[in-house]
Amino acid sequence: MNPAADTITLGQVAHARSGDKGNHANIGVAAYTAAGFEFLKRELSTQRVRDFFDSLSPTRVERFELPKLFAFNFLLYNALAGGASQSLRIDTQGKLLGTAILELTLPRPENLRELERPLD
Amino acid sequence: MGCRIGNGAGFLGDNLDAPRLLAERGELDYLTLEYLSELTLSILARVREKTPSGGYAGDFIEVLLSLLPSLREQPRLKIITNAGGMNPRSCAIAAAATLVKAGLAEDLIGVVTGDDLAADLKRLQSLGCKFEHMDTGEPLDLARYSVVSANAYLGAKPIAEALAAGARLVITGRVADASLTLGPAMHEFGWSWTDWNKLAAATVAGHIIECGAQATGGLYRHWEPLDLGHVGYPFADLGAAGEIAISKPTGTGGAVTRDTVIEQLLYEIGDPAHYLTPDVDVDFTTLDVRQAGKDRVCVEGASGRPAPSHYKVSLAYRAGFTASGQLLVCGRDCRGKARACGEMILARLATAGFEFDDSLIECLGAGESAPGFAPQGDLREVMLRISVRDRRREAVERFTKEIAPLITNGPPGLAGYASGRSSVRGVFAYWPTLVPKELLQPAVEVQTASQWAAAATSPTR
Repeated sequence: MNPAADTITLGQVAHARSGDKGNHANIGVAAYTAAGFEFLKRELSTQRVRDFFDSLSPTRVERFELPKLFAFNFLLYNALAGGASQSLRIDTQGKLLGTAILELTLPRPENLRELERPLD
Repeated sequence: MGCRIGNGAGFLGDNLDAPRLLAERGELDYLTLEYLSELTLSILARVREKTPSGGYAGDFIEVLLSLLPSLREQPRLKIITNAGGMNPRSCAIAAAATLVKAGLAEDLIGVVTGDDLAADLKRLQSLGCKFEHMDTGEPLDLARYSVVSANAYLGAKPIAEALAAGARLVITGRVADASLTLGPAMHEFGWSWTDWNKLAAATVAGHIIECGAQATGGLYRHWEPLDLGHVGYPFADLGAAGEIAISKPTGTGGAVTRDTVIEQLLYEIGDPAHYLTPDVDVDFTTLDVRQAGKDRVCVEGASGRPAPSHYKVSLAYRAGFTASGQLLVCGRDCRGKARACGEMILARLATAGFEFDDSLIECLGAGESAPGFAPQGDLREVMLRISVRDRRREAVERFTKEIAPLITNGPPGLAGYASGRSSVRGVFAYWPTLVPKELLQPAVEVQTASQWAAAATSPTR
C-alpha cells in the first residue's frame, strides 16, 4: 500500500508565512478555502505541529484561530535557539518555517478538491 | 477626503530605489520608511559608542537624496521614518544638510526622542520599575548585565504632534512600526485618541505595509508569476471613517491580493486577538479581507480596545562573541564528510585549549536547516556551516583561523576557502520588558532644515 495515497501535505490546502518574536517563532497558516479551514481546525493540531518541529525543540506550541481569514497563527515558544542575534543556526529568525510547515503530512480528506487553491 | 500612506523600506538593508519609485509613482501624501529591528538597534548602539555622531540608519540619507526631486515636485509629500535609530538628532542634522543643499532649507524637520532609556535605567529602577523579563518575570539586575541598548517602543502621538507643528520630515528612534502609519492618520483625520476602532484600522494598515514588499508579493507562496524583479512597494488608502485599502503603484511588479495581504497580516504576530501597540490593543480576528480590484484589497472590521498602560522596551545586553564559516564539501558521503570536518575543527580547537560555550555544525543541502527539507536520493554536494559562540573574543578569533587549514590537511573534495577568514561579531541577548507610560516623556522638536544644519556646528550639541 502506498502511504502517499491516504495522506496529503499541508501545502496542498494552505499557504504560510513565518517570522520571529524574540526567541519564539510564529507561523501564520492560511487555508485556501472555508472547507480547508474546517479540515485544518480538526487536523492541524498543536501536537502535530509540535511533532513536526521536534528538531527545533519548542517548549510549547500554541494555536490561534482567525476564522474570517480561514487562518491560524502558531506560536512555537523558544524554538529559535536564542533568536536573531544569539542563535547559531543559519535560519536565526525562523524565516524558513513557513515553507517547512507546508511539508507536514495530514490524512487525506475525502473532499480534497474543495480544499485546494481555487483557480482564478 | 482620504489619505495615502506608502512604505518604501521594511528594514535597514532594504532596496535603496524602492522609496524613490514609490514616491514617483504612488501619488502619496506620506512616505514611511521603517529601518529598525531589535538587532539593528543594538548594532546602531555599538556604532554610536565608537562615533558619537553616528548610530542612525545611514541608508536613509542616501534615500533622502534620491527623494529630493519628488519632494520638490510634490509639495504635499511628507516623510515619516524611524531612521533616527539610536541618534535621531544626528540623523536630523545629516538630513538637514541634504535638504539645505537642495534648496529646501525652510522645510521643517521634526525629531522624536525619549525612547532611549539606556542611560536612565537606574533612575527608572529607583522609581520602582523593575524591568521584569516578559517571559521569565525575572527583575533586571544591572550589576549582572552589560546593557548595550534599551529603547521603549513609542507610539503615534509624538509623530502626530510633529506633523501638527508643520513638520515635512519626521525622524524618530524606536517607535512601534505601525505607529509610523497611525501618526499621519491621526494628524489627517483628527480622530480622538480613544476612538479605538479607528486607531485599530490605521494600525492594521500600518502593520500590513510596514515590511514593504512583503505586502505586495514578497515572500508570497505563489510568487512565480509576479515579476518580483520589479516589485512595487505598498501604500494604504485610509478613509476618515477608518476604511483601509492596500494597493501599489500601477505598472510595477508583484501583486496585492487577498492572499498576499492575509500572509502579511499573520506575519510576526502573537495572539491575533491582542495585537498590542502603544496606541491601541487591536483584534485581528474581526478583520475581513476582500479583493476590491486588481492589486487593490480592502480590509474591514478592525476593532480596538484601550491602549496598554505600558510601553514595551527592547533591551539588549552583551553576550559574548560569535563567528561562523563555510566550506563546500563534495563527493560520495559528502554529508558524513562535512560533519567529520566540523568535528575535526572543534577537536583541534579543543587541543589548542578552546572549548566553546556553544557550537553548531550544519550540513546545508542535507535538510538540516528545518524539518521537511530532507533531499530525495543521493547527495553529492553539501555546504558545511560551522558556528561558535563564546564569552572570550580570543577563542572566537582562533576559531576563524581553524577552517582554512582543512583545505590541505583535511579530506579531499573541499572548496570555498578563498573568501577569507570570517569575522567575529558581538552577540547581543534580548531582555524584553515593559515600562509604565507615565515614567517617560517623549519629546518632539521641530525646526527648519537650516536651523538643524546650524545645530551641527553649535558648541552646545
